[in-house]
Amino acid sequence: MRALPRSEFPLLAASPRLVYLDSAATTQKPRVVLDAIRAFYENDNANPHRGAYELSVRATQRYHDARARVAAFLGVRDSDCVIFTRGTTESLNLVASSWGRANVGAGDEIVVTAAEHHANFVPWQQLALEKKARLRICELEPDGSIDLDRLRALLGSRTRVVAFPYVSNVLGTIAPVREIVDLAHGVGAIAVCDGAQAAPHLSVCVDDLGVDFFAASGHKMLGPMGIGVLVGRRDLLDAMPPYMTGGDMIEFVEDDRSTWNRLPHKFEAGTPNAAGAVGLAAAADLLQRIGMDAVRAHERGLVGSAYRRLAAIEGVRIYGPAPEHRSGVLSFNVGDVHPHDLATILDSYHVCIRAGHHCAQPLMRRLGVSATARASFYVYNDDADVDALVNGVMAAREMFSRVGA
Amino acid sequence: MSVPDDQGREPNAQDARRANISALYQELILDHYRRPRNRGKLEHPDVSLRKKNPLCGDVIDLQLQFDGDTLREVRFTGEGCAISQASASMLTQRLKGKTRAEAAEILDRFTRMVHGEEGAADESLGDLRALSGVARLPVRHPCALLAWDTLAEALASRP
Repeated sequence: MRALPRSEFPLLAASPRLVYLDSAATTQKPRVVLDAIRAFYENDNANPHRGAYELSVRATQRYHDARARVAAFLGVRDSDCVIFTRGTTESLNLVASSWGRANVGAGDEIVVTAAEHHANFVPWQQLALEKKARLRICELEPDGSIDLDRLRALLGSRTRVVAFPYVSNVLGTIAPVREIVDLAHGVGAIAVCDGAQAAPHLSVCVDDLGVDFFAASGHKMLGPMGIGVLVGRRDLLDAMPPYMTGGDMIEFVEDDRSTWNRLPHKFEAGTPNAAGAVGLAAAADLLQRIGMDAVRAHERGLVGSAYRRLAAIEGVRIYGPAPEHRSGVLSFNVGDVHPHDLATILDSYHVCIRAGHHCAQPLMRRLGVSATARASFYVYNDDADVDALVNGVMAAREMFSRVGA
Repeated sequence: MSVPDDQGREPNAQDARRANISALYQELILDHYRRPRNRGKLEHPDVSLRKKNPLCGDVIDLQLQFDGDTLREVRFTGEGCAISQASASMLTQRLKGKTRAEAAEILDRFTRMVHGEEGAADESLGDLRALSGVARLPVRHPCALLAWDTLAEALASRP
């Protein structure tokens, strides 16, 4: 595929010179998504599940229809198992809090990887502390990949959870999901997949992956902020206690006890973000029209070219696997130019990159750095964006070479 | 009438911004970054304080040794971007030999300069004025101020 035209993205259209290379943090929003959100508020706005009047029924239908489309995009047949949340962070906290508190006890073990985003690390760490369980961290191979033998060696009869990122938000490494799931299930543990960097970039069929829980964020896949999903296995979701209580998620409220609504409502307390769900569905539809294989191929082209050209610059160090084994994420450092200085300099060339620890401090420690620069690509990026990145990096290097090291 | 550029700024705004960045990363700053002054540890510091910027991971360890009311030694170690480290290095150079009152005055002026206050940067800041360009980069204010915030706390801890 060719890059989607910038004219389809109002922010990019309004800033022709802007080079946006921070899509792993959040993506720009296409007109169809913004239009869908606006259309919901202009034509269908009422509180879903509440009113008996036609407008509320329509709002409910739009919300349910959005869930069905997002489920289809993620390859989930039973759309009741797709819970709308605020995003990946909330989804993972929901699992750790609800399933975790009910199923993890003293002496049990929770396995995470060293590649984890804080959102799939800290909830498990805190659960382990609370329950006197043991958090075990699967170290990575030198290229940032997860080695199955190393993982297998960590698993045992006390393992309750294996949590891992489908795609690393720092290195772009793609995990062997099915193999990890088999290992987890082999010892009776559940497999919890952080899909935040996978759903936007790879063809994902959650049902086929066999994971017990899968989390993703709408805003990283052309959708709006504040909406995401948790996909869970029905039997697990049914057995879990609610995460939040209140309106919409109850069945009967007696003075001294309550019963819970059926899935998915049991986990969606309060007025839902229906407009966000509609926006996310529009984003999923757009990605489906483009085809996730085409999205992946497009990113591979860009990340491959950026990798080769940056690696050729003296002093540039790129972290993680070869370009063919990574998604559209590139973390790097340029000599002793600190990533924050690099980001400031690149910004003066209209190039937006992320600098810092990328919410992955355990991984940063293992890489032996406090921060990296990260460029990430998406459907609206093209070769000119790679040119701008490379030119900006060279300019920064030049600037810092005014004084000998 | 001028036409705003693609980011809503005046036509030369981007050039001005690039010039500001280029001026900020001038030889003096890079020299302090690569060859920090007064870097190291004191054997018997009167005050030793560490501050971190959790957002970007910059760290400064500042050590002070007094001779009566005067800062006899000011040393630092740290890790981070050119702005945070150069700022710390220049701080030590500027404050060595100053009285507490003089140090407090420079601290106040420097902080106001970073926040972009008109007229804050005067002669008393000396080389520190090289960091005045940070004023236009709000996201980098914490980098420039990290060593100074540490100093403020260190001075307050020893009344």
